[in-house]
Amino acid sequence: MPKCKYDWPEAGDRRLIGQRISRVDGPAKTSGRAKYTYDVNLLGMLYAKILGSPYAHCKITALDTSAAESMPGVKAVRKIQDVGKEIQWVGDEIVAVAAESEDIARDALDKIKIEFEQLPFLVNEEDLSQAGDHAKAAGSEKSGDPDKAFSDPDVVISEGYYGIQTITHCCLESHGSVAQWTEPDTLKTYFSTQNVSGIPGEVGEALRQAGIDVKNNNIETICQYIGGGFGSKFSADRWGVENARLAKLTGKPVKLLLERDIDLEVAGARPSGYAKVKVAAKKDGTIVAWQSDSWGTGGPAGTTMPPIPYVFTGIPNKVTRHTSVGTNTGPARAWRAPNHPQAAVLTMCALEDLAAKLNMDPLEFFSKNADLAGERGEVYRQELSKAAELIDWQKNWHPRGHQTPSSLKRGLGISLHTWGGRGHNSNCGVSIHPDGSVELNLGSQDLGTGTRTVITIVAAETLGLSLEAITLNIGDTKYPVSGASGGSTTVGGVSASTRRGCMDALDQLFAAVAPSLGVPADQLIAKDGKIQAKDDSSKSLTWKQACAKLGVKSIQVTGKNPGPCSLGSSGVGGVEMADVSVDTETGIVKINKMVCAQDCGLIIDMKTAESQCYGALIMGITYALFEQKIMDNITGRMLNPNMEFYKLAGIGDIGELVVHMMTGPGYDERGVIGLGEPPVISPGAAISNAVANAIGVRVPTIPITPEKVLAALEKGGTA
Amino acid sequence: MKRKKQKPKEVAAGRENFTRRDFLKGASVAVSGGLLITEAQAASSPPGAEAVAGPQPVAITLKINGRPHKLNLEPRVTLLDALRDYLDLTGAKKVCDRGVCGACTVIMDGKPVYACNVLAMQAEGHEIVTVEGLSHGGQPHPVMEAFIEHDAQQCGFCTPGFVVACKAFLDKHPNPTLDEVEAGLGGNLCRCGTYAGVRQAVLEAAKTISMKGGKANA
Repeated sequence: MPKCKYDWPEAGDRRLIGQRISRVDGPAKTSGRAKYTYDVNLLGMLYAKILGSPYAHCKITALDTSAAESMPGVKAVRKIQDVGKEIQWVGDEIVAVAAESEDIARDALDKIKIEFEQLPFLVNEEDLSQAGDHAKAAGSEKSGDPDKAFSDPDVVISEGYYGIQTITHCCLESHGSVAQWTEPDTLKTYFSTQNVSGIPGEVGEALRQAGIDVKNNNIETICQYIGGGFGSKFSADRWGVENARLAKLTGKPVKLLLERDIDLEVAGARPSGYAKVKVAAKKDGTIVAWQSDSWGTGGPAGTTMPPIPYVFTGIPNKVTRHTSVGTNTGPARAWRAPNHPQAAVLTMCALEDLAAKLNMDPLEFFSKNADLAGERGEVYRQELSKAAELIDWQKNWHPRGHQTPSSLKRGLGISLHTWGGRGHNSNCGVSIHPDGSVELNLGSQDLGTGTRTVITIVAAETLGLSLEAITLNIGDTKYPVSGASGGSTTVGGVSASTRRGCMDALDQLFAAVAPSLGVPADQLIAKDGKIQAKDDSSKSLTWKQACAKLGVKSIQVTGKNPGPCSLGSSGVGGVEMADVSVDTETGIVKINKMVCAQDCGLIIDMKTAESQCYGALIMGITYALFEQKIMDNITGRMLNPNMEFYKLAGIGDIGELVVHMMTGPGYDERGVIGLGEPPVISPGAAISNAVANAIGVRVPTIPITPEKVLAALEKGGTA
Repeated sequence: MKRKKQKPKEVAAGRENFTRRDFLKGASVAVSGGLLITEAQAASSPPGAEAVAGPQPVAITLKINGRPHKLNLEPRVTLLDALRDYLDLTGAKKVCDRGVCGACTVIMDGKPVYACNVLAMQAEGHEIVTVEGLSHGGQPHPVMEAFIEHDAQQCGFCTPGFVVACKAFLDKHPNPTLDEVEAGLGGNLCRCGTYAGVRQAVLEAAKTISMKGGKANA
């Protein structure tokens, strides 16, 4: 079979791909030179603040902004929602104010007089019996014959209750934008966004609906650096549109970044997931049946069922029923691997309880059932084996309930996960200039995952140049459209469009220099900063000499994804294991060690790939042990919309972390697959399982707080 | 105290790329009617003349990265807002704005402080070093080099605060253990999860600095 025109270099020919390369924007970030949206300061700029609803469910009955409007320094006051509007969650935007300083804008919010009619609300859903008509049946599925399977006298059945909380994204850079009308019909917006190319369309449509005549091509969106997104920054959001309107009203640039409390209340929510689960296995450990009744909330719109049973989708007899609970809380946003961390907790905890009931080592149990995961079963077995080696499972695992006189109980736990991660649509503009300079332009963005770095590596590898020889521009809509960064789709998309674009550009350069080298263009290669004959390195030109042959005309091509010849694929596995100690006197859980074994096809940059996994483990420790959006049944408000009580793990909370990327034959030839989501899926389940192994009793829901550990120990276990 | 007379300078409106000086000059017109104080203003409010300051703007001088900056600020303005909104020194980030996360860490008289928890007025008379003051002549500080090498950053929003906190920590603990690193840097929070890299970076920076005789951390 002839080789496809576009491909990745063979392992022996990779000079940069797969190496440990430091991120190219590291110097800008560490030095403080990197300018985030929050850092954009424009001449004469105003500052905007939002007044949000204090009630979870209410109707506005009176709204008077006159006192705010007449304050010195206040330049614009806009009613976003007026009298008569029904509001569904605390923090929903009612008025926006632009003023000469942040403090004046804040003072102005205090001067707004507003009256509400309060309406009944629901903000907590774990107790489904209290949900009333907020709860709605949201689908059920059945396959095989679960009733028959559960009634087989030869099976072992385990039943349990499991749950995972609502968390908020808590991006360190809050959501928002800086808007500036550079001409009456031309808008320049700096946005903290995961979706640079998508913002003008959304903002343009909203402005036209508001009667402001602006064409999408006259809206520029810029995001050079973003202080976290995690799935919560795809949309321009109402505050982003309002900011453009404030800038229009005042004729000045306006900065509107949400205050921390509103950001935590309205701009981030990973839906919760709770379930009563019943599972059955034969005495040899083969899983035969699954039954689940699940529910959860994602704000007013409720939730869809997580993909359960997770990973082990081949369980032959299954019945699942889901209830969606609409609550008066800030709407759900995509959070790294939407619905998967929920699925992992509900599935892996139930299955590990089943293994315990079977008196089986969960490592053996999960390995035995790996084929229920379909075609990736063998990959899971390899990853289970690798992770077990790294956490020293054979030595450190014990049956449930650590038998020790000490109050410190140690335990190990496992979880498995999966994700897609196929590359998104991407266009990469490649220019090679007669002076030898190389420029790449993509309307993409780097969330901190290393997007700039992987694009630069692919271009330098393809063109036979150093990383420093590549000028890369991203984060601006003046560059070719590239997809939003979400769902682990970016690395596959931009690496493929860059590879194709650079290969095409190189073909044109080969054609231009072939006559002077006396070698056919298809016999030329780019290597070590030279263009040379494939079989005769004496026939060569330096890169600069070669580019000079272009005369005065630059090469300019656009590489695309998708395109001919697949450069990536979809579908990864991953296994994580946790080693914890639980103090049965205080209920405090301490992470001793976590291990991640992860595949993601061909790895472009090993260093930033590993960073994704380290970061995911740490983010996972945070949601497993600390963070939770705590809603108050009495006031309907979030009780911890600040960073002292919305708790993130600190540097002393993470234990030893080990990451192993599965690479080489069997993995590399799959091409590039995304990595942002998969490793963040398993930590909640792995840690919960480790705690159960340590203390001999299941703490049903995460986060596993000391209070919940002590409550679980009241019911049993090995205190 | 010597006060330098400000030279009048025209600012081109609508310019895309303006310097920090332009920003300050522009802001002085837009914000509170005179950000950079004049000789006359300075004379009308001599430092220490009143026991109670404000609420109207007061003249203060902040010494930042070795250079004095004259400002006219309401007493409620924090050091963080003074740096970011009035001096365009945006390396220190605003995240929690209430002394929890450390993203705004700067060094005041050799000690790390949360700039959101210090009023600009309180910072007068003290030596302030921000992340911008840690690179000398384009040469990154050894802590920054170690952060890059160990990829102790993802989105990078907590990174400048972490770099400054690490620098201050190493000044006091030039040869730290891992436990000391974890205790000493517990005041900085990261959401992406870069602590694994930070731990390695701090330990390596300590070695680099000690090989250079401690001078690189000055």
